[in-house]
Amino acid sequence: MATVLIDGTEIEIGDGERLNAIEAAARAGVSIPYYCWHPGLSVVGSCRMCLVEAGTRDAAGRIQMGPKLVPACNTLVRDGTVLVTQSEKVQQARAMVEEGLLLRHPIDCPICDKAGECLLQDYYFEYGQADGRRADIRPFTSRRRDLGDVALFVDRCILCTRCVRFVREVSGTNELLVSGRATGEEIDVFPGFPLANKLSGNVVDLCPVGALADKDFLYRQRVWFMRSHPGVCTRCASGCSIWIDENQDRIHRIRPRENPHVNRWWICNDGRYDYPHVHNPARLVGARQRKGGDTRELDFTGLAGQLRAALRQAGRLGAVLSPFLTLQEAYLLAGTIRQLDPQALLALGPVPLAGEDERYPGGFTISKEKCPNRFGVERILGRMAGGVIRFDHFVEQVAQGAIAGAWVSGGYRQGWIDEATAAKFEQLRLLVVQDLFPSPLSQRATYELGGAAFAERDGSYVNRQHRLQSVAWAIRPPAGVRTEGSILWELAGRAGLYDAAATLRELAAEIPFFHPALGTIPETGLDLLVNQIA
Amino acid sequence: MKSDDKSIKWVEEPPLGLAGRSYVPLLVGGITTTLKHLAGPKMTVESPEQRHAIVDPLGYRGVHRLNRDAQGRVKCVACFLCATACPAHCIDIVAAESPWPDREKYPESFTIDELRCIFCGMCEEACPVDAIELTSLYDLSGKSREEMIFDKAKLLSVYDQTKDAEPMRSAQADRATDSACPDSGERGEEPI
Ligand code: SF4
Ligand code: SF4
Ligand code: SF4
Ligand code: SF4
Ligand code: FES
Repeated sequence: MATVLIDGTEIEIGDGERLNAIEAAARAGVSIPYYCWHPGLSVVGSCRMCLVEAGTRDAAGRIQMGPKLVPACNTLVRDGTVLVTQSEKVQQARAMVEEGLLLRHPIDCPICDKAGECLLQDYYFEYGQADGRRADIRPFTSRRRDLGDVALFVDRCILCTRCVRFVREVSGTNELLVSGRATGEEIDVFPGFPLANKLSGNVVDLCPVGALADKDFLYRQRVWFMRSHPGVCTRCASGCSIWIDENQDRIHRIRPRENPHVNRWWICNDGRYDYPHVHNPARLVGARQRKGGDTRELDFTGLAGQLRAALRQAGRLGAVLSPFLTLQEAYLLAGTIRQLDPQALLALGPVPLAGEDERYPGGFTISKEKCPNRFGVERILGRMAGGVIRFDHFVEQVAQGAIAGAWVSGGYRQGWIDEATAAKFEQLRLLVVQDLFPSPLSQRATYELGGAAFAERDGSYVNRQHRLQSVAWAIRPPAGVRTEGSILWELAGRAGLYDAAATLRELAAEIPFFHPALGTIPETGLDLLVNQIA
Repeated sequence: MKSDDKSIKWVEEPPLGLAGRSYVPLLVGGITTTLKHLAGPKMTVESPEQRHAIVDPLGYRGVHRLNRDAQGRVKCVACFLCATACPAHCIDIVAAESPWPDREKYPESFTIDELRCIFCGMCEEACPVDAIELTSLYDLSGKSREEMIFDKAKLLSVYDQTKDAEPMRSAQADRATDSACPDSGERGEEPI
């Protein structure tokens, strides 16, 4: 145990821990401002914003302070370390760093996308000096440079080099560099080698100021209009933790949410730019019934009862549980179909695969499995159907006439099923399809229901590392769409509104593998395997 | 301000005398005023045939206008500060990259719901480039609600209509600086 004294507060630090002064101070509730340091990158100690007074306290309790200010990011705390972060000397140093950075800064906050979450702005208000000496230079507009995936506003850069270290250490692609010398230093790329990698979007979040701008988000929203909701990315089986930034039920941006067990501070561009499909006007909305040649639009009131009756009359049942379903949805669907027909055939929907897992030097992995919950749905099937039946087998059974009525859950992007496969479903007496987009299959459905997108669902996913993460909806589904959860809840004959937490508790109690989920689920998720014995 | 502040002058209501308590002198005083106005010059303005004289058109808070920069383009840089400040939430802006090489961001569309507006002038206060200003036009009316949602073209046309009578507040500062500068207001005196 090491004891550290920070602004008069003593904190204990475990033996195995290596904390720098910024991290240690944060534990004592003291925040030290910093620009160039980032917990996920190497330490360069170049911005000098984090300067503090440091010293030591010996066994007799005598305190000896060092003669100079030291950068907190580059100072590991040890037993007896004493930090002073609020003295006049420190405040002066901070104000000077701020003044230096602002000397040649454009201050085009009105048109800068970072305004509102910019460290330069925040620190100026907190630590800058009230009467600056920059009276002669008027604010100007920053020069803009295209770096490839992102845009650089050259003059807004404070040269913290976080972005450069990111492409060296995390993505390992080395596109960015500092060119020039001294006051002429600028971030740049080599001609012909633009910033182009699947993690490039992270440099925008990393940048403490508005120098790096996301071309997708550029000028779309001021940040203070948006609300951030914690979510989980459903683009691949890694299940990165994300923030969904939304305003009036429209997603404008997806950012990584720090999770040391999954994605640390990063997400890939596939997940970051995955949201437009949510607002795609081609989405399947409403509910309709097809009988012979006619199509009839249905109301949601009483729909569940109608579907239940239709399923009961259909004969031998089958259900396809898509790997896009949450655990709760899969559990409700499997349970209901099994209740209606104990012999029902339950199968796993097609699992979209693309290439190989992509691993980056920083440890980040993009899974080849392009769905969020294959593992979880398989576990549910394993318990409730005694094993995992593949989609191909299900289609065969349908083609052979072994099934009379089927419920197919989707959630896929367009093009997941082809005409030929879908045609095999034609001989079913009853086909219910709930999907995100119209498909050859949904067009043949007796009941075609619009489905919810990832940001509209309540539920839990299990990623490729057996980590269970629970999310709540961030936006409401478009008019005419009821989420899978709420339809299946009603189909299961339950009263009231769909309750994801209660359903999770229920399935956790029933299925031994999910027992750990009976307790509370931390925001960073719960490792189901590690917690098995407990 | 505290109630014991030195700059506050406390005034006591004078006690009513006999005349005040009997009402008659006050009644006579009131009727005299009424009669005086009956006989005197008429104060009523026959609006809309006659117009009110506005004493300070620059300070008046009437219909908005969107100012133009030196090259006749909309001056607004789509910073959304007016929309942020607006207590009535009646400003709706869609921002985009500007089509001009010397400017970054501009409002692709800019609408103000004049029916929802409470003419508080907060938008004008908030604007860092003096692009939105309230004019002295006060008689706005329309045949439908839609007509009262003013778009960019209409707001610019209000500027064209009023620019001579009511010069832009930043006209002076503008001459001294580059028009491409998003902040050409009086920020020179400010710390940074
Ligand atoms: S980076 Fe952008 S928001 Fe931050 S101070 Fe500079 S111009 Fe303003
Ligand atoms: S662009 Fe941003 S992250 Fe990169 S050095 Fe400049 S301020 Fe730092
Ligand atoms: S005058 Fe007030 S209410 Fe009207 S648009 Fe401006 S800020 Fe909004
Ligand atoms: S505050 Fe001024 S510059 Fe900003 S959006 Fe409103 S009118 Fe445009
Ligand atoms: S954060 Fe310590 S020097 Fe930059």
